[in-house]
Amino acid sequence: MQEMDVSVWRGDAGGGGLEQFKVPAQESQTILDVVAWIQQYADPTLSYRYACRVGMCGSCAMMVNGVPRWTCRTHVNKVLKDNAITIAPLRNLPVIKDLATDMDPFFDKWVAAGGVHHPGKSRDDAIEILDPATPARVETDTGIECINCSVCYAACDTVANNADFLGPAALQRAWTLYLDPKDADPSAILDAVSGRGGCHNCHSQGSCTLYCPNELNPMKAIAGLKRVTAAAFFKGGR
Amino acid sequence: MMIRPHRTQPLWMAYLLHRLSGLGLALFLPAHFYLLALALNEPQRLDDYLRFADNPLVKIAEFGLVFLLAVHAFGGLRLLALEFLPWSPRQKTLAASAVAAAFLVAGTFFLQAV
Repeated sequence: MQEMDVSVWRGDAGGGGLEQFKVPAQESQTILDVVAWIQQYADPTLSYRYACRVGMCGSCAMMVNGVPRWTCRTHVNKVLKDNAITIAPLRNLPVIKDLATDMDPFFDKWVAAGGVHHPGKSRDDAIEILDPATPARVETDTGIECINCSVCYAACDTVANNADFLGPAALQRAWTLYLDPKDADPSAILDAVSGRGGCHNCHSQGSCTLYCPNELNPMKAIAGLKRVTAAAFFKGGR
Repeated sequence: MMIRPHRTQPLWMAYLLHRLSGLGLALFLPAHFYLLALALNEPQRLDDYLRFADNPLVKIAEFGLVFLLAVHAFGGLRLLALEFLPWSPRQKTLAASAVAAAFLVAGTFFLQAV
């Protein structure tokens, strides 16, 4: 049976390095299959995170050959180079152990970006009817299928250079909420995304959009936030 | 400088070009203004520098300077369009067009200069 050379980053918050494994090649093998094989047959102490295996839960993202990817939907034959693969924990997040990162900073920023619904109605009000054909709703539809995998966050060099930057996923969430006619306080969202770590830090390098496994476009969402915050500044003097 | 794998994509290269051209211009402009100021106080030295600028190698360097200025200007217009005009999905095309337009401007300058 043919074997692949797989380098896996081992270590913890204190540091670490690559460890080599020989993994048998199989048909239709994914990167997650490779990691699972190592943990089951070569070294049971290897730590990694996954849940659904079908690209819905956003748990299994890792750096594969230096690029962030969802490992459960990344086929080995797509990324294998000279019969070798390098697998490392997601960039821009603290490592807990081996391939498992601490995703708290990523999720904390979802909240910091105003990514919570601001209610304006009580149970006595009628349910608001939304027309799916309005431009705002059509735009919203292009940004709501995020699975919180943090691939965009790991791809972003602005996140790497500015620990306060909210990141592509959180800002995209804020953009879709801002466009939601049910949200009663859109100006609170604009305040949340125009602070020190806000949307204006973005350098439009577009790595978030290029690597998003669900083909969403956070760069477009951030450009939208830049537009509406600038318009609010000139209109309201804020 | 090492270009890491996740950076090998056109819009990251456009970012790098914009940053490097901006830094290059920031270094060049003080020298440029200093030489122009010689026209007021020391016209003889300015004339010496202008004769030095007729050197073919300096013309090639000037081609580089015009390219830096043009690529930074067109790149800046691209970013303004990205941020303030309705979204266009053709960002890579726009970035490539900015570089092409800068080559056109710098090339035209070079043909005029030689």
